[in-house]
Amino acid sequence: MIEIKQLHKYFGALHVLQGIDLNVSKGEVLSIIGSSGSGKSTLLYCINGLEEIQKGQVVVDGTTVHDKKTDINKLRQRLGMVFQQWNSFPHLTALENVALAPKIVKKVSRDQAKSIAEKQLKHVGLGDKLDVYPSALSGGQQQRLAIARALAMEPEYMLFDEATSALDPELVGEVLDTMRLLAEEGMTMICVTHEMGFARDVSDRVAYFHQGVMEEVGPPEQIFGAPQSVHTQKFLANVR
Amino acid sequence: MSNSASFFSDFQISDLLFLGEAAGRTLGISTVSITIGTALGCVFGWALQESKWFAQATIGTILDIFRSVPLIIQLILFYNFFPIIGWKMGPFAAGAFVLSIYTAALVANVVRGGIDAVGTPMRRAARSLGMSYWQDLRYVVWPIGLRAVFPSWVGVALSVIKDSALVSVLGYLELLRASQILITRTQEPFIILACAGAFYFALSYPLSKYSKKLEEGWAS
Repeated sequence: MIEIKQLHKYFGALHVLQGIDLNVSKGEVLSIIGSSGSGKSTLLYCINGLEEIQKGQVVVDGTTVHDKKTDINKLRQRLGMVFQQWNSFPHLTALENVALAPKIVKKVSRDQAKSIAEKQLKHVGLGDKLDVYPSALSGGQQQRLAIARALAMEPEYMLFDEATSALDPELVGEVLDTMRLLAEEGMTMICVTHEMGFARDVSDRVAYFHQGVMEEVGPPEQIFGAPQSVHTQKFLANVR
Repeated sequence: MSNSASFFSDFQISDLLFLGEAAGRTLGISTVSITIGTALGCVFGWALQESKWFAQATIGTILDIFRSVPLIIQLILFYNFFPIIGWKMGPFAAGAFVLSIYTAALVANVVRGGIDAVGTPMRRAARSLGMSYWQDLRYVVWPIGLRAVFPSWVGVALSVIKDSALVSVLGYLELLRASQILITRTQEPFIILACAGAFYFALSYPLSKYSKKLEEGWAS
């Protein structure tokens, strides 16, 4: 379970997250929507400790993320993350991209890392691209490679930070399909997204962020059907 | 006239050997300087990138001085300065010392550029997989950054091979110094400088060629 308690985050004078309280249970799919600069992505960075926080707590399965005593590298193995930019390692083949972290972080054998990588690449539909370098892959394929790379660490949770927003429109579908597949398999997911269709169809709950505040959270039917907050109503009216 | 003594003698084949030996010394001092300079430059460049304020104020300032003052002045100053503080250094050691620091100053900036080229998002992606800071540096930043700045590093290395000619002012018998000696004896500057140029080319060309091959390998 991920527990976020009274989380405050500043970038200089800018109060980016203003007291966020949110719990995400095992097996749940939570989508976070909201306009740019509302703090959605920053929240994900705070969850896996890529950003420092100024007040509050993020607790993952009982471990406090920003506690100095926490082995953050170990904790991050439980939290797979996929970014807006896919960030494939350009000097490694698809297989090596996925096998790298299991080999050096989890210290599994070379053969084992290779078989994990093969399995995960097949999982995301890149079974025929094992020896291809990222430069020869499309944006959608590179994003699926990034998903496979995160899955290779066998995380308990997956955090998606606008995983489709840097993609050409025709490539969005294949990445969303992969994310849907993971959701169906029971992966716990927090997805910051601008894909309202995905948020509505796949999520168990949807949270709406506005200027660093979580305005509203609830089942998709409620958020999309009968939003309570004026800001949510305005935002949804604009994106529809 | 035939009975008078001549101060000059013609360029001979054995002179080529003399130039060849001197080219070997040029190669030696360049290799030592490039190796030490690159190793130091990597550390300095990393420090400049990671601790911007402190490293810039300390290492950055020193390296700026080495990059800005003409190499020939540095060589003469250090060569004459070492005995004052009690270090007995021959022309090779003094020359290699100054060339190494000079190389380090140039390489530090190249390395800093390489780390910059990798970018925060890529490093965050690596860290998000559970890699430690050093693993990120070793398996992600180093190989990606190295490829990005390798051509610049080759440029530095080639220029250091040529700049090593300046060590001749310390009396070190490298290629340029040997050429000057031969010119004085033979009064054939054209032939000798052409030969010296050919030796410099022979030293630099393989590095340039090999680096291109490496780059092509990375690109495919």
